[in-house]
Amino acid sequence: MAKTYNNFQGQVLNQNITLSIKEAGKTVETIKKAEKVTKVISTIITYAFIVALALLVIFPFYWMIITSLKSLDEITGMSTGGRQTYFPEIVMWSNYVYVFQKFDFSTYMVNTVVVAIFSTIGTLLTTVFAAFAFSRLRFKGRETVFAILLMTMMIPGEMMVLSNYITVASFGWIESDSQTLLQAYACMIVPFWVSVFYIYLLRQNFKQIPNELYLAAKVDGKSDWNYLWKVMVPLAAPTLISISILKFMGTWNSYMWPQLVCKNEAYQLISNGLRGSSFTNADTGITEYGYRMAATVLVTVPLFLLFVFFRKYIMRGVGRAGIKG
Amino acid sequence: MLLEKIKNLLNSKKSAPNGQSEAAVSLFDTGIPDIPQGYDQEKDVVVRLVGKKPTKSYRVSGIDDVASKNNWKAWLYLAPVVILVSIFLLYPLINTIYIAFAKEYSYIKGYGTGLTLDNFGVVLGLKEYVNASGQRATETNFVNFAIPNTVVIAFVTVPLSIFLALIIAVALNSIKWFQKFLQTVFFLPYVTNGIAIGMVFAVIFDKQGIINNLFHTNIAWIQNAEHWTAMVPLCIYIVWNSIPFKILILLSGLQGVDKQYYQAAQIDSASKGKVLLRITVPLLSPQILYLMITGFIGAFKEYNSIISIFGAPSTAGSGGASTEKNLLTVVYYVYDILEHDSQTMIQYAAAGAVLLFAAILIFTLIQSKVSKSRVYY
Repeated sequence: MAKTYNNFQGQVLNQNITLSIKEAGKTVETIKKAEKVTKVISTIITYAFIVALALLVIFPFYWMIITSLKSLDEITGMSTGGRQTYFPEIVMWSNYVYVFQKFDFSTYMVNTVVVAIFSTIGTLLTTVFAAFAFSRLRFKGRETVFAILLMTMMIPGEMMVLSNYITVASFGWIESDSQTLLQAYACMIVPFWVSVFYIYLLRQNFKQIPNELYLAAKVDGKSDWNYLWKVMVPLAAPTLISISILKFMGTWNSYMWPQLVCKNEAYQLISNGLRGSSFTNADTGITEYGYRMAATVLVTVPLFLLFVFFRKYIMRGVGRAGIKG
Repeated sequence: MLLEKIKNLLNSKKSAPNGQSEAAVSLFDTGIPDIPQGYDQEKDVVVRLVGKKPTKSYRVSGIDDVASKNNWKAWLYLAPVVILVSIFLLYPLINTIYIAFAKEYSYIKGYGTGLTLDNFGVVLGLKEYVNASGQRATETNFVNFAIPNTVVIAFVTVPLSIFLALIIAVALNSIKWFQKFLQTVFFLPYVTNGIAIGMVFAVIFDKQGIINNLFHTNIAWIQNAEHWTAMVPLCIYIVWNSIPFKILILLSGLQGVDKQYYQAAQIDSASKGKVLLRITVPLLSPQILYLMITGFIGAFKEYNSIISIFGAPSTAGSGGASTEKNLLTVVYYVYDILEHDSQTMIQYAAAGAVLLFAAILIFTLIQSKVSKSRVYY
């Protein structure tokens, strides 16, 4: 059924094909065929392109893992004639054994988890209360207070660090010779109990809950307090889970503030431990990259597990929040 | 009177819960007016009967919560936030600005002797200051390194990462198989410990590392690197780290685009590049604008990547004899003072922080102006 361009009218709908002036003189079949070929080629190119970029993106992870299993000679190219190998010639599990012995993983881990849990609980409580007040209760100055809070979002956190440092110092929490673990924890937890962005996020979520539910709860004799915990919090659970995970990730990654306020290395968090640990050979002065990479693998794996289990919440939370921690 | 009492008795009988005897009701009866339970739309109140004793068996509640314009309970709910925000957000803001302008600020006393612009002058290298060992010195790090580094990082990484994120997002959006899987792969850099991966980049760009090996070069990228050479691994790392978020935002933008635009372009047999430039980019302009502004603000605050790759604000490392801190950024400058010279130089850190704040404020204002006046479609 080869038909020329001149009488293609009427074919368009049946063949489900779009023709344009450029294609004048061609038959429907050749156009179809050409389109199919272009489609296959462009699909292949797209996949090749995207897979290549994906490989580039995961390359650092791959390199981290294989380097953590190499001997120092292989990493520096000494045993391979200056050539880098893409898979360890001798798999050195002993790197991990060494790191577990040398790197005080458990101390940093405990510090990080304690700080993460308490700062998350505090943040969730203040966020829930504030979001409830802003979304459901009426009071004088509600819009003003909310506007002031939103404006503080523009201020870079780095600006406050300096003054917060003076503040916690005036509380006597960072005396370099007498700081206790509890004071160090307080420094790392209390200033981060409020997140204006999470309040904003949860308020939007609370506002979507229909007012009829509130009135129904009132008729049933529920107080505001009961209504908040029995109705609103369960309904907003996904947002709260997102907030908790992002907060946890933030603590896991925080570096500068703990570095500033912890006067004892044993009080610091996992990132500080990782950066501060010098896996340097005392005799030769060469950094033992194998040990170092084994330590980075140990720090990265928990985050990956978190991501595997809570992918949905993390990606949705990030999509809306757009901030780390 | 009698008639009313009978009426009340009947009413209370109606509202008496099941199982409660008539006698019990009449025993406590003191006359309950006929108030229907539930939400009264006219008066905008919720009415309910509470309590076991019929004497107290009605109370109008809910007025406070629903209709009142001034609910003191709300302030109870807000108290933790108001207190914490005042101590850790508003007070620091004012205090930092004050310290930046304070004359002869004393860290121990917590105040200065007046107001001045000298601190900014010192930070910008226009004025001499007395350093910790009592000598007069000129601050050169901020002008020579912190500002240029920050500007270079911002103007290299932000456009580059947005461009890459855009083509990856468009490609991801056009494929059918493994879309979710690949999307997850591209998100991976987001869920990492910044310090850990920075150290991996240091290994990759090591002098004996894989990059020099692949390209048969022998360049010092990290240790003892030239100032601008060290910017290469740094910018690559920042781009790598910032792409996932941008892809996520652009992809969700793309999924909201009406397919009709593309069908119309197909009828006009527009080329793929043209479709990308003339349809996709303009339709995504709100997202791109948002990413540009947040990207610039983020790049102005860059310091974590330098710590993670180099371990110190200098290519010579922390153990180097050189005091030239050639990898400082604006924020790193502030932190560096806090970590090492908080007693004597905190006012200069404050001045640096105020300059950063001003830059970010200008960018935010531009954003709100642009997003209001220019919508691209």
